[in-house]
Amino acid sequence: MKNAINPRIRRQGPFLVDDLKKAPTGIAGLDRITGGGLPCGLTTLIEGGPGSGKTVLALQTIVNGARLFNEPGIFVAFEERSTRLIANASRLGWDLKALQRKKLFFLDAHVRSDLVIAGGFDFAGMLAILAAKADEMGAKRIVFDAVDVVLTLLNDPQIEQREIYRLNEWLLERDMTSMITCKRTEAGTILEPLGFMQFMVDCSVILRHDVVQSVSQRSLRVLKYRGSAFEENESPFLIGRNGLDVADTWLLDRNSHPVSNKRVSSGVRRLDSVLGGGYFEGSSVLITGAPGTAKSTLGGAFAQAACRYGYRTLVVSYDMGSSQYVRNLASVNIRLDRFETNGMLQVASSRTVVASAETHLMHIKSLAESHRARCVVIDPASALSQMGNALTASSVAERLVDWAKASGITLLCTSLLDRPASELESTPLQISTLADTWIHLSYQVRAGERNRGLSVIKSRGTAHSNQVRELILESKGVTLADAYAAGGEVLMGTLRWEREREARIVQSEGKAVLMQKEIMLRAAEAELEGRIESLQREAEAKRIERKALTLNSSVRQTANELDRLRMRELRGSDAPTPKRR
Amino acid sequence: MEAIIKLRLYVAGNSPNSVKAIANLGVLCRENLPDRHHIEIVDVFREPKRALADGIILTPMLLKLSPSPACQVMGDLSHPTLVLQTLGLSPST
Repeated sequence: MKNAINPRIRRQGPFLVDDLKKAPTGIAGLDRITGGGLPCGLTTLIEGGPGSGKTVLALQTIVNGARLFNEPGIFVAFEERSTRLIANASRLGWDLKALQRKKLFFLDAHVRSDLVIAGGFDFAGMLAILAAKADEMGAKRIVFDAVDVVLTLLNDPQIEQREIYRLNEWLLERDMTSMITCKRTEAGTILEPLGFMQFMVDCSVILRHDVVQSVSQRSLRVLKYRGSAFEENESPFLIGRNGLDVADTWLLDRNSHPVSNKRVSSGVRRLDSVLGGGYFEGSSVLITGAPGTAKSTLGGAFAQAACRYGYRTLVVSYDMGSSQYVRNLASVNIRLDRFETNGMLQVASSRTVVASAETHLMHIKSLAESHRARCVVIDPASALSQMGNALTASSVAERLVDWAKASGITLLCTSLLDRPASELESTPLQISTLADTWIHLSYQVRAGERNRGLSVIKSRGTAHSNQVRELILESKGVTLADAYAAGGEVLMGTLRWEREREARIVQSEGKAVLMQKEIMLRAAEAELEGRIESLQREAEAKRIERKALTLNSSVRQTANELDRLRMRELRGSDAPTPKRR
Repeated sequence: MEAIIKLRLYVAGNSPNSVKAIANLGVLCRENLPDRHHIEIVDVFREPKRALADGIILTPMLLKLSPSPACQVMGDLSHPTLVLQTLGLSPST
């Protein structure tokens, strides 16, 4: 089995520092809560109701001690048979066979129900046996599981107390890190004569298993820890495939992880330019919107862009099956299949019907860790708040964001907002305050159609436009349209198209008028030219006419002269011929 | 001739319950099983490994080894009737 501790988180985690020597449990969350583990060489009491996970916690600590920290351990089982414990442990993925030879020892202290008890007995013999065994194997840890079972057989509160003191003294002498598990009643009080154990031990852990609206919620709380600081709040935990998984509810030191100035493309080029180059690497992005506003599409676009860039990406889809997810995105030219094939992308889908938000978070974490994802898309994160998870969901969401930051993962969550956009733009999970970039998608219903509007509500560290833009999904891809603002409104869809067309018409009409005028002027000019020509022609005609006239008159004069001469000749006139001028 | 009854008592050194158990068993055997009992006392302080191998955890613990059926009684044996009953022996009166 892999080491349960993520070394990176461990290094970054602000351990509560104190001088007390700690014995790590190997359960990452618990080690952080206790500032490094249980008090080394001292006693820890683990209390809880039936089925609250006491035995698993003790067993895991013992097994981890042997497996990871070279601290051999003894498990004294008063309630369950060791064979059953070992079988259960192997189901949790711990192979105890190899460990059992040297580093682990199970003592069956199960008292048969038909054993006749005739008079007083004590732990002296048992402790002597354990001492011998502990010396033999160099045991550093020991568990007394369900000590209450054997104590009740004593049937006398005073004697019970005496045996507990005997046990405690023995433990102090032995210098072993010890755990005593003990039942707690439903009402939350420890079974009476054992109550004083609380005061005796150095550390006390209480486990709870509640059911809230049919959803199981487990939590763990450190009640006391002598000489050490510890996280005092309840921390949710799960019993998963690898045993106990305790959530990190402690406040993350937000200075401790390096921030990046690098950008990761959102997958929509025009959105990148709105955001000043894309999302910051390692930041958390929230995309909210009503159903069908293309939240998933933006998530998918980001996944594609991240894969293209060479970042391993995990998509957790709660609404759709993984193949459906890939197919649906292909319709807007987001092709994820090839990245799935080459292993860059993992699309995990799960239904959110009944599981606590905690379970989902752990699931997401383990998926991301096993895929070594640098980018994670959760679609939709609001699925986490379903079914009785309302109380824990917001803290889960917070830890999701914290975890992503601490691991340097760029996280994109979509979140459903059922209410009309006119209401408060806040998410049920309150991720909105933690997210670095918040993009809200909405429908603008006008003129009988719905159009998708995109606005960047916030984007830390980035100048961004405050204008609502239109998001357009086409078979060739996703893009943003130029916002068409008119009369103080942003127009979208057909309205935008109409306005744009009107403008085009107005422009072309203007052109036509100009052309007409030009034509008219040209015509007028042509007409004038024509007139000039005809007048010139007329003048020419007159001139010719005039010439003709002159010619005529001289011809006539000559003719007259000749006529006169002829007449004189005919009359025989002897009058001298007048001199011609 | 009645069979010898083999008993083994696991004790923890000089702890009060163990001391009481040894005394109680002695009286019980003398009174009820004269000349037909054999008692072996195992001190788990001295022989813890043996106790472990025998599956003994809590002390004092009395085992009847033979005749069968084997059986065991835990405690300081301060209730002789109960002890005899459990071992399948009747008081000889």
